[in-house]
Amino acid sequence: MRNIDAQEIHARVRDMVMHAATHLPRDVEQALEKARDAESTDTAREILGQLLENARLARESNLPLCQDTGVAVFFVEMGAECRVQGGDLTEVLNQAMIEAYEKGFLRKSLAHPLTRANTGNNAPAFIHYEVVPGQELKIQFMAKGGGSENMSRCTMLTPAQGWEGIKDFVLTRMAEAGPNPCPPTIVGVGVGGTFDLAPMLAKKALFRPLDQPHPDPEIAALEDELLQGINELGIGPMGLGGTTTSLGVRMNISPCHIASLPLAVNVQCHSSRHEEVVL
Amino acid sequence: MQTHKLTTPLTDEAVRQLKAGDVVLLSGTIYTARDAAHKRIVQALDRGEEPPFPLQGAVIYYVGPTPAPPGRPIGSAGPTTSYRMDSFAPRLYGLGVKATMGKGKRAPEVKAAMQEHNAVYLGATGGAGALLSQRITQAKVIAYEDLGPEAVRELVVEEFPALVVNDAYGGELYVTPKR
Repeated sequence: MRNIDAQEIHARVRDMVMHAATHLPRDVEQALEKARDAESTDTAREILGQLLENARLARESNLPLCQDTGVAVFFVEMGAECRVQGGDLTEVLNQAMIEAYEKGFLRKSLAHPLTRANTGNNAPAFIHYEVVPGQELKIQFMAKGGGSENMSRCTMLTPAQGWEGIKDFVLTRMAEAGPNPCPPTIVGVGVGGTFDLAPMLAKKALFRPLDQPHPDPEIAALEDELLQGINELGIGPMGLGGTTTSLGVRMNISPCHIASLPLAVNVQCHSSRHEEVVL
Repeated sequence: MQTHKLTTPLTDEAVRQLKAGDVVLLSGTIYTARDAAHKRIVQALDRGEEPPFPLQGAVIYYVGPTPAPPGRPIGSAGPTTSYRMDSFAPRLYGLGVKATMGKGKRAPEVKAAMQEHNAVYLGATGGAGALLSQRITQAKVIAYEDLGPEAVRELVVEEFPALVVNDAYGGELYVTPKR
């Protein structure tokens, strides 16, 4: 059994959360550059240029990329042969996040769902745990903004609807979302599992880098098919027209019940802030 | 497509010049309000109280900025998605608000209210909060401080860039998706 020190986790997670708020992931920045150079209209190129300038400014001036610094989502993969020493992991992650939002001058965006009173410290974090083989602790963090999250949907299709039904739902959703989720987006798609698992598959898919296709070539081809369909909608950067409505589609699948075809679309904005630490 | 340098409060004449697709560079005082603040403003109006800022000619910016770091008036301050304020916007346009500014689509009744009251909807670049904050020179909370990021702030802006998305004549800049 390997021991991992809670204080070390706290420090690494706090720094990761603060860094993520001000640093656009390199793969996203590269995708924006590529999109700008390939865009068809001056307006679309101008918007993508602004987003790249915003990323540079945020990195250099330590200002958050976006005022919506999001809810804190963690996906934790805990090796079965390690344990946390000196603290409770859920508490450690929450405290590290709270400290990062305070010290990093990040916006606290959580409120009571009914009274709408702000919780004041961006807590709680939303933490998903998985026990995996091995001695490592992997902690993935995502700052998930509300504008794009609100455009996300899940549904229960019938098995007969199949791929055509999936494609139709995803494209219809993205057409309806239009300019709202800050296109160019990154689209997470979860297919299969159960009613509750499909959105998790979709959200976790958003961590896969844009330059890394799905390991299964057949799924990778379906991701490309969806991306092409979304970009043919013509929505473009900020909904002002163009060929870049999404930078990528990331799909995860899971077996499901013979009666079911759960489907979830988790929309992510171009400010796709996520990082990970492995201890 | 034209570029208009405008100073707040906006006059009816200034709004009449604006067409969907035009660029606007706003200078002067604008006010921030988003979900919870709108609810309170409308509740105040219902009770016959004064709103927290003069509505005549006002520009309302839908934004919840990040806290100001040392040495800066405000943190990151890009637009939030506007449709959540759709249920409040027609009434505010009716009371003299000349422009709202955010991102994303508006409801048909909001567009109708703009036509009826000679007002516009402006779009700022979503997610460019660090960049846009450079055009904000002063910021102070003037109402509902307990709402934190949702408090109403008075901002002084210099040539804050936006696009006219919906004009007072029914024109719209957003594309219709091919589906």
